[in-house]
Amino acid sequence: MDLQAVAFYLLAAVSVGAAFLVITARNPVHSVLCLILTFFSAAGLFVLLGAEFLAMLLVVVYVGAVAVLFLFVVMMLDVDFAQFREGFARYMPIGGLVAVILLVEMVLVSWAVAHSGAAAGNAPLAPGASDVTNAEAIGRVLYTDYVYFFQAAGIVLLIAMIGAIVLTLHHRPHVRRQSVSRQVGRTPKTGMQVVQIKSGEGLAE
Amino acid sequence: MTGIGLTHYLAVAAILFTIGVFGIFVNRKNVIVILMSIEMILLAVNINLVAFSVFLHQVTGQIFAMFVLTVAAAEAAVGLAILVTFFRNRGDIAVDDASMMKG
Repeated sequence: MDLQAVAFYLLAAVSVGAAFLVITARNPVHSVLCLILTFFSAAGLFVLLGAEFLAMLLVVVYVGAVAVLFLFVVMMLDVDFAQFREGFARYMPIGGLVAVILLVEMVLVSWAVAHSGAAAGNAPLAPGASDVTNAEAIGRVLYTDYVYFFQAAGIVLLIAMIGAIVLTLHHRPHVRRQSVSRQVGRTPKTGMQVVQIKSGEGLAE
Repeated sequence: MTGIGLTHYLAVAAILFTIGVFGIFVNRKNVIVILMSIEMILLAVNINLVAFSVFLHQVTGQIFAMFVLTVAAAEAAVGLAILVTFFRNRGDIAVDDASMMKG
């Protein structure tokens, strides 16, 4: 067994084990941390495949942004997570059955595809085989053939950002805020009022 | 066949996908874990795309993996925003009685 195989089995085992812990951990904070471990191991698998750019993207986007977002939300929501555990045993048999069937089907299909599909017998692209780096190869195709898809992905992210802001931003009704236009538009006439007060009665609003 | 082939990577992706589906089944009440399971399913899809991209010697698969990554990030952001709004309105994130939007 060469070094690459050892690395593959290590990363695969860690990623699958962490993924299993994500769905079985009692504490959701542990779930998020296991999710981060899963993404890290998957990034290692990508490096092993020779897709360094996507591996780094996975670490930056998933571990740096998405998982931390999950962590923030899990820690900010003050929810009793124990109540969610009650359905676990009830849904275990049907879920396990579906999972086993799905796994067997997918492994059979991928075995068949790998042995007689279009990629059958191909060796992986060797790291030093082409004269361009992985990131350069991606950029050459992404900014030419897929430039409209690239722009569409940017629009998707923009809309998601606007949506997230619109959903979570809310103005409390009884908070006093500075209104510059009202401040500037204020004149002595609107800001001051002369009233005649009768003696002994005081001023009522 | 020497060393690690396409089958190995596809098997890992299949296992991750299955764990994600299983997680949605067993954590039906916990919407945060459901979102994490969806992220894992998309990660499995990405592993498939990258593995095929490398073994077919075409970079297109990695570009599609990037788009999947984009959509996954957007989905997580909007999903968690909906979750925070839901929690603010109800003080709870039980998805069983999340039927406020029903006409």
